[in-house]
Amino acid sequence: MAAKRRLRVLPGFGLSLGYTFTYLSLIVLVPLAAVFIKTSSLSMLEFWNVVTTPRVVASYKLSFGASLAAAGINTVFGLMLAWALVRYTFPGKKLVDALIDLPFALPTAVAGIALTALYAKNGWLGQYLEPMGIKIAFGPWGVLVALVFIGVPFVVRTVQPILEDLDTEFEEASASLGADRLQTFWIVVLPIIFPALLTGFALAFARAVGEYGSVIFIAGNIPMVSEITPLMIITKLEQYDYVGATAIAAVMLVFSFILLLIINGLQAWTARRTGREV
Amino acid sequence: MQPIYKVISKGYLLFSALALVVSPGIAAAQTTLLNVSYDVSRELYKDINAAFAAQWLAKNKEKLVINQSHGGSSSQAMAVINGLEADVVTMNQAPDVDILVERGALVSADWRKRFPNEAAPYTSVTVFLIRKGNPKAIKDWPDLARAGMQVIVPNPKTSGNGRYTYLAAYGYALQANKGNDAAAREFVRRLFANVPVLDGGGRGATTTFSQRDIGDVLVTFENEAALIDLEVGGGKFDVVYPSVTIEAPAPVALVERVVEKRGTRRVAQAYLEFLYSPEGQEIIAKHNFRPRLDAVVKKYARRFPLVRTFSVESQLGGWDKVRKEHFADGGIYDQIIVKR
Repeated sequence: MAAKRRLRVLPGFGLSLGYTFTYLSLIVLVPLAAVFIKTSSLSMLEFWNVVTTPRVVASYKLSFGASLAAAGINTVFGLMLAWALVRYTFPGKKLVDALIDLPFALPTAVAGIALTALYAKNGWLGQYLEPMGIKIAFGPWGVLVALVFIGVPFVVRTVQPILEDLDTEFEEASASLGADRLQTFWIVVLPIIFPALLTGFALAFARAVGEYGSVIFIAGNIPMVSEITPLMIITKLEQYDYVGATAIAAVMLVFSFILLLIINGLQAWTARRTGREV
Repeated sequence: MQPIYKVISKGYLLFSALALVVSPGIAAAQTTLLNVSYDVSRELYKDINAAFAAQWLAKNKEKLVINQSHGGSSSQAMAVINGLEADVVTMNQAPDVDILVERGALVSADWRKRFPNEAAPYTSVTVFLIRKGNPKAIKDWPDLARAGMQVIVPNPKTSGNGRYTYLAAYGYALQANKGNDAAAREFVRRLFANVPVLDGGGRGATTTFSQRDIGDVLVTFENEAALIDLEVGGGKFDVVYPSVTIEAPAPVALVERVVEKRGTRRVAQAYLEFLYSPEGQEIIAKHNFRPRLDAVVKKYARRFPLVRTFSVESQLGGWDKVRKEHFADGGIYDQIIVKR
């Protein structure tokens, strides 16, 4: 018996694995399973009809499209923010650092109302943008603005520690070997921080897909144009249609899960390519 | 994700309800009552509760604590179904009481017969709120369907207020077109094509119209319009009564299961009856809801101009029919809103 068991350096593998599974099951898997069980009271055809009505399909496009776009924007600008915070010192740096987390703490409804007030045609920004033909509040662009806002912290906070660990010696070595700044960034820095960037992207995306509170105030909620999928779920619940609501929720879950799996796969692949096992 | 959100808020409601139920044990000989109601009745019931508790104390020498819970009418009904221990429910549309009969038989099936006026102690009507001076010359429903008009309406799929607006427009169009259903649909389609924002609830629509300066007209309940004039007002808006509009009765009911279990039937019954008393009706009128008692109606006649109304029951075949034909998925509302 004892001979068959591989000895591990760290004790407590069984305990921690058991704990992981129990905890995940209770907190994540059971509620999610409930969604699928509730949905299963629909026949395949009914299910298909509920989740493919044109209005619901339009909402998937907006929800997933805007979430991916917002996560992309946050990846680029989040990296810049993190870079500035790690590599430079400037007055008020601590304050900026603290500000980054604010979208986490703010109730989303407050964020939504504030953004709407800002971008409506009589708002601080809206009064200049609308005459130029740029309509942000009460349309799909408003959705994007809200999702960018709530996703800011994710990329910054995932990339920041990696950048802090990244010694400037790498960049100095690269420069002394004749690389210009852009080459140094693309060939030396980016591969190292790429997995962290992807994690930040995935987190920002996941958060954006499920976001309801802030978006609902700024979207305008026009069918086929600016309805997000979580609103379709709420709409069903308001009509006491639990099953229809869970059917759409199930589709969202599957979509999100697939996208997150792809992102995780990409992350593992880049990590291997840069010679660091995950 | 919102469902979890909802669960949490429900859990919170449940928790606070539990706290309410448990607390009398500590502060002995104190009866509590929980009134679960819709969003904009908060101020009304604050006044009603104070008046009723004072009356109860004088009559029965018993201290009464009345707690109120407010939220979207349908989500409130859902909370009661899921175990929120409401002694009474006071909603803004009959379907939110009917669902309590359907799911779990919490309310008696003949709840409409348990109190006068189909168990609705007050009503409101759907009116137009327009910008001062009526720059777009809005007088009646057809003006709302004119090209280039911007109409603010709460989302009929998520708010009772929006549902009444839609039904008011539809009912008007039926009358104007001698019952021609196709013409009525075309009319509401044109009207909803003029809606630039569909806010989740009545208050949201009010904010969009009054604070964000969006739209030429807000279609909402009379009481809400009066409130806007008072709160944001400064003479920025006017109320227009259309030629005909819908009457929105606010139904009340005892939650049989709960009053039985908590032994609060007598006080809960008295509480709802108080709404029909001259004193209760007076408070109702002060909050701009249309009272039922003639004497009170006369006293506040200036606030409530005579207007021709119809009801969901009288013209549209009742809530069951309306729910199935208009608001179910793929129903008439879905068809016109997607085609706009």
